[in-house]
Amino acid sequence: MAALDQTQVKEGVDQETVDAVREVGGAYKYGWETEIEMEYAPKGVNPDIVRLISDKNDEPEWMTEWRLAAFERWTKMEEPNWAMVNYPEIDFQNQYYYARPKSMEEKPKSLDEVDPKLLATYEKLGIPLKEQMILAGVEGAENAPAEGRKVAVDAVFDSVSVGTTFQKELKEAGVIFCSISEAIKEHPELVKKYLGSVVPVSDNFYATLNSAVFSDGSFVYVPPGVRCPMELSTYFRINAENTGQFERTLIIADKGSYVSYLEGCTAPQRDTAQLHAAVVEIIIEEDAEVKYSTVQNWFPGDENGKGGIYNFVTKRADCRGDRSKVMWTQVETGSAVTWKYPSCILRGDDSQGEFYSIAIANNYQQADTGTKMVHLGKNTKSRIVSKGISAGKAQNTYRGLVAMHPKAKDSRNYTQCDSLLIGDKCGAHTVPYIEVRNNSSRVEHEATTSKVDDDQLFYCRQRGMDEEEAVALVVNGFCKDVLQALPMEFAMEAQQLVAISLEGSVG
Amino acid sequence: MALPQAKQTVTEERLATLTMPDAGCTKKAREAALARLRQMGLPGRRDEYWKYTRPDTLTSAEAPTAALFQTDEPTMFHEFDRLKIVFIDGVFSPEESDELSLEGVTIDRLEDICGKDIHWAKELYGVLEANGQTPVQRPLAALNTAYASDGVAIHVTGKPSKPISLIYRHASETSDAILHHVVRVESDAEVTILENGPAASRFNKCMEIDIADGGALHHIRAQGRDHQRRAATHMFTRMGTESVYKSFTLTVNGVLTRNEQVIELTGDDAVAHVAGACVGDGEFHHDDTVFVTHDAVNCESRQVFKKVLRNGATGVFQGKILVKEGAQKTDGYQISQSLLLDEDSQFLAKPELEIYADDVACSHGSTSGAIDETALFYLRSRGVPTREATDMLTLAFLAEAVQEIEDDALAEVIVTRLQDWLARRH
Repeated sequence: MAALDQTQVKEGVDQETVDAVREVGGAYKYGWETEIEMEYAPKGVNPDIVRLISDKNDEPEWMTEWRLAAFERWTKMEEPNWAMVNYPEIDFQNQYYYARPKSMEEKPKSLDEVDPKLLATYEKLGIPLKEQMILAGVEGAENAPAEGRKVAVDAVFDSVSVGTTFQKELKEAGVIFCSISEAIKEHPELVKKYLGSVVPVSDNFYATLNSAVFSDGSFVYVPPGVRCPMELSTYFRINAENTGQFERTLIIADKGSYVSYLEGCTAPQRDTAQLHAAVVEIIIEEDAEVKYSTVQNWFPGDENGKGGIYNFVTKRADCRGDRSKVMWTQVETGSAVTWKYPSCILRGDDSQGEFYSIAIANNYQQADTGTKMVHLGKNTKSRIVSKGISAGKAQNTYRGLVAMHPKAKDSRNYTQCDSLLIGDKCGAHTVPYIEVRNNSSRVEHEATTSKVDDDQLFYCRQRGMDEEEAVALVVNGFCKDVLQALPMEFAMEAQQLVAISLEGSVG
Repeated sequence: MALPQAKQTVTEERLATLTMPDAGCTKKAREAALARLRQMGLPGRRDEYWKYTRPDTLTSAEAPTAALFQTDEPTMFHEFDRLKIVFIDGVFSPEESDELSLEGVTIDRLEDICGKDIHWAKELYGVLEANGQTPVQRPLAALNTAYASDGVAIHVTGKPSKPISLIYRHASETSDAILHHVVRVESDAEVTILENGPAASRFNKCMEIDIADGGALHHIRAQGRDHQRRAATHMFTRMGTESVYKSFTLTVNGVLTRNEQVIELTGDDAVAHVAGACVGDGEFHHDDTVFVTHDAVNCESRQVFKKVLRNGATGVFQGKILVKEGAQKTDGYQISQSLLLDEDSQFLAKPELEIYADDVACSHGSTSGAIDETALFYLRSRGVPTREATDMLTLAFLAEAVQEIEDDALAEVIVTRLQDWLARRH
């Protein structure tokens, strides 16, 4: 927000306010690049590249075969075109599928050995990879009990995981939290059993591509009856140019366990679009509960729609056990194109799925996002709250499925999706699919589209707020349902994000 | 893009059974429609727009047979003074129809129009249908335009004293009818059009309606009770400034019904209401597909659809409100609800919104569930027997759609028909 920097502050205007507005309303904050020597696999994707990625990760033969089979499938698949997004054709052979910092050639044994440049990168992003971390900028965090403010972080930089904090402490609790490449080597029995069991290899075009070329990601296993002693978190950073990031996350919550998982992502500002195709699989056994929260803040492209991340993500949770529970919360503000539907398979009786989403699209961003709630077990419950905000020339689509299978007796779904339009050049769309195949279940869907309420705006302005501030406040009210579901670590960030994306959209 | 082989085969096999009538001034429109159809191909199972309804029996070369519904009851709307236009298995019957003359309206048979080079209907025939092919393809409507063998052109210039009643009789178990009507309502003119009857074993009907500024059209339809009949209908409506279009459809029985409504609000302050009530039992598949486009300021649209399903019946609703850029002050409303009377029935819905204007209020709701146990208990505790109580609640559920009919006498006829269905239990 260059204009603000040059603005002469008038008498009577609080400098702090100007600083705060600059902070919140500034341009994309994470658009800088870390200068670090990288090592790339040759451009393009083919069986040799798949083998090379597998080889770089030092994988056993079965994993290589699994990837190759996926690649074989992928060559026979077609890119989906049903989403309401438009982008130039992606040349899958004109990008890198593997990039890692040279200094990561020898995997560091502890955080102390990690390249200081990498540590500095995460420090700058507000994610210090130190074990006594207090998350920057979170109000009240310093007063929280020591246990409560610990967050274990797995940091993924381009194609590799650079380090995972608190591994020792987690190990004492019996929780396994490491990079997936490490898990393939250390816990092959778990990976073999669960990988691809929620999102099958041939699930969809991008998931299949991911199965073939995923380079790293996080792995979590919470043993029976364990309540994970701290929040787990993965922070994804794309740094290298022309490089696709394909990470794979696998979370297993065994019987009666609980874990809360956070995910954040950013990328440098560049003129060319970059591809990100991730897969997240979550397995939830009897009486277990998983909370998965995302603040997606990939580079959204500039105000003319140049550059940005194409975010094609497959996320799915399988509530296998009875009384299992999953909660997806997402704040989607980044990416030039988003194609993402975190879903819940409610297989166990009495299982529950929840989906809370705020998707904000500004400038030329396009978001097509939503969820699937597949009710298979008896007495299963799901709730969907989706808030979409469009500004500038952006298009924002909610797309969802609620399916009640014949055997899912006495199940319930409630869906609410609201869209807000700021300006007359943007679009908001709702595409819900509702399939009810038994009569003891109840399904309710409602959606509204409206503009920022004039009366509310007037009220705020009357109290001395400027228009932009007032819109931010009204929109925050509009999004409150979702923001409240976010873990405290994200609350502050999320609120700021809401304000950021609204910059320039009034008037 | 070339059509997949299977689609092309189905399309050509169907076309081989049809002959284009002597078309006169509709010739160009028919040929263009045929070209469109060949490009699209007939719908197949894998088409997104046919996700919930299998089109194969609507597109097959031969129509499946359908037994006639035997009843001694007088036909629908018999108690009303109306101008009757009767089609038997899709063929106009001059004997059973009234004289086609009424003040404020002129009515011509499609056959007569086809004999002429100049006719007002030329400006409309196939035009709204062609418009309605984007953004979603409707190949069965293109087939209709190309091959319609009969129909009427209704030109409303005033306010006719009685409704125009289109009666479709079903006489042969193997009939396969294609009818195409065009309706133009001039400025400040107003008309009520009634439609009833099963028409044929398989019925493909298309109606193109153009309502000029300030015009109004009320449409009430009751589809035939023959259990095995199949129908695919399209209504394409274009609306001018301050015009009004209100349509209600009652569907009782029928093995397969697909009713498409394509409405375009092109003039400011126009009002469009479409509603439907359907009750189905057993082998019954009913699909309401509605596409409303707001392309003007301050228009209102309402979609109200209610379905009662039993014994494995299937109800489908695909509704869309598209608000184009600049269509500010739009008020769009859409509700689709189903009442599933047993475990085997199903309801499949896709209620969509697509909005490109910021000063609008659009909402849609969709619910599905069983009879409310609390309400049932309340009625029973007041001494109402279970069956009666269920019927009362079912009727109350359907009432919201029936209330969309402005004329109380016509609404009463619909309610009676619904009560009969409940009493008969089939």
